[in-house]
Amino acid sequence: MRHLFWAPLLFIRLVIQSALLALNQIWVNKTRSILTTLGIIIGVASVSAVIAAMDGMNNKIMENFEIFGTKKIFMWPHRPETGSKKNMDWWQIRFRTEQFEGMTEHCPSVEYKSFVSGGNNLPARFAEKSVESVRMTGVEATWFKIENRAIIMGRPFSHLDESQGRKVCIISKKLRDKLNMDRECTGNTILIGHSTFLVIGLLEDKPSMMFGNMGGDNYEVYIPYRTAQKMGDRWFRVMASCKSAQVAGDAKAEIQFFLRRTRRIKPGDPDTFRVHLMESEVKKVKEVMGMISAVAYGIVSISLLVGGIGIMNIMLVSVSERTREIGLRKAVGAKPSAILTQFLVEAVVLCLIGGLIGVALGHGLASLISKFGPLMEDTKIPAWAILLSFGFAGSVGIIFGMFPAIKAARLNPIDALRHE
Amino acid sequence: MAELSEESVVIRVMSLSRTYKVGSESVHALQEVDLDVHQNEYVAVMGHSGSGKSTLMNLLGCLDKADAGQYELNGVNTTKMSAARLAHIRNQQIGFVFQSFELLPRVSALKNVELPLIYSDIPFWQRRKRAKQALERVGLGDRTTHKPNQLSGGEKQRVAVARALVSQPSLLLADEPTGNLDSTTSAGIMDLFEQLYREGQTIIMVTHEADIAAHARRIVRMKDGQIISDLPIEQDPIFEHNKTAPSSEEPL
Repeated sequence: MRHLFWAPLLFIRLVIQSALLALNQIWVNKTRSILTTLGIIIGVASVSAVIAAMDGMNNKIMENFEIFGTKKIFMWPHRPETGSKKNMDWWQIRFRTEQFEGMTEHCPSVEYKSFVSGGNNLPARFAEKSVESVRMTGVEATWFKIENRAIIMGRPFSHLDESQGRKVCIISKKLRDKLNMDRECTGNTILIGHSTFLVIGLLEDKPSMMFGNMGGDNYEVYIPYRTAQKMGDRWFRVMASCKSAQVAGDAKAEIQFFLRRTRRIKPGDPDTFRVHLMESEVKKVKEVMGMISAVAYGIVSISLLVGGIGIMNIMLVSVSERTREIGLRKAVGAKPSAILTQFLVEAVVLCLIGGLIGVALGHGLASLISKFGPLMEDTKIPAWAILLSFGFAGSVGIIFGMFPAIKAARLNPIDALRHE
Repeated sequence: MAELSEESVVIRVMSLSRTYKVGSESVHALQEVDLDVHQNEYVAVMGHSGSGKSTLMNLLGCLDKADAGQYELNGVNTTKMSAARLAHIRNQQIGFVFQSFELLPRVSALKNVELPLIYSDIPFWQRRKRAKQALERVGLGDRTTHKPNQLSGGEKQRVAVARALVSQPSLLLADEPTGNLDSTTSAGIMDLFEQLYREGQTIIMVTHEADIAAHARRIVRMKDGQIISDLPIEQDPIFEHNKTAPSSEEPL
């Protein structure tokens, strides 16, 4: 019993002793130790930097998706590749507004739906100031909710605006500033194309995105969908949002079922439209990012592997250089396990020192990468990656230190003492 | 010579054999050797190279394992022990002195002497004290911080002796302890051995030099892996007439 109690303490003492011995050895062979750990330093630095970059990029992309909205659903007409409607005219398979009547009632997972007109680029003018081209799109009041765009001043489209097709508009802050309008721009009229519109609301600009600005570069003008239709903008898409990202799949199925009925598609015939989920887009991007990350980690892991081989090489040199010392230690009573621990701990200590320097270097690299562009600005080593790097470095030490350590432990003391 | 009784037996070797494989040939380095060594004996093992004296030394020091026969050290049979058990025996009961000192370079004399204690159960706060005592015993109390390259050959061997003594072994094994030293320094080391012997230490020394062997009290001669004579020094044909050795060239 007493032996069992003391065994772990004795082991810890052995490890501490070996660690002190290892530090001494490393200090005595400074140049060699630094050169040896260089592989580990570079390996750990690149692993942590790549993790930092990947992690930062991932977060940035996901953040952008959040801004863009992960609950969005897009619908547009689509000519099927097979079936009787294969050769149909685009005009024949276009969406008609009546096909969407009652959609939100019939599809319980769908929260909002909005028609979105094709949109026109038109010149705009207010007082003396004019803009060459603004993007005028007809939408419903629900569109702002789907897109998560806040009306920061004025009001959204009213029921009357929509049903009567009034010439009212909601403009973006950017356009207000471009046209030199008052801060409180509502109540003014602006000329767009050949029609005058009453400004009823002001829209917050789209938050900047990493992939260009996703149309945010335009000067945005939104008018009621009905108004756009009356002005001849007859082609439209439909946007909707699901109640939560979890029910996105249900929402898609409900919409498909609903549209097949309203568009009178016979059972067995292919859809003449497409329903697309933002959520599945997110999933795809996540998958791709995961794949890219895995490949990147794999590649940088190779550098760690190369570093490990360097450690093994130098430990083998160390073992053969110190053969006589090993022989002497054995002669004065070092057990094979003590010799094994000594060399294993030396390799691990070497790797951990390399890991420490590597993480510091990786941190430097990460802050360098973060200056590459907005996509990389969140690059910093997460805490788990630091732990992982250390764990990795330590494992490399154990794995690649094992062979030389076993070699040392197995040395015959007589042969070792006779070694020249 | 000390009283010879059953209780005082340190080493008991019974028909011990060791065979080496050199290529396809087997070399019988040791053939059925019997040997008893009692407490506080001072034995010199003599013989030409290839006589098996080094093989016997390695076996007595638990550095090697015999192919056949029995070896009891302080009444414990070591024949079938594992490498770890043998290491423990070496640590506790055997002190080695080598021809080429085998000190760790870059490490102080004190640290060198402490080395066996690192592998023992002695707590670290006692190691330094013990190592210092051992160095004082060999007359190097003022050289504790010196590194091997700052010590003379004789001092190096004294450090090695201190290291061999630090764990208070029952047996001191010396393999050509003066082989790398000049005659004056050799005499100093032999004086040290004499002092240790008088203090009660059991010593077995391998040498081919008659004037070194002359310091022992018992001479074991070996040839072709066998003991050819084992006599107290007074009865040995070479040493019987005068205590001063005739020449280092030893006729066998």
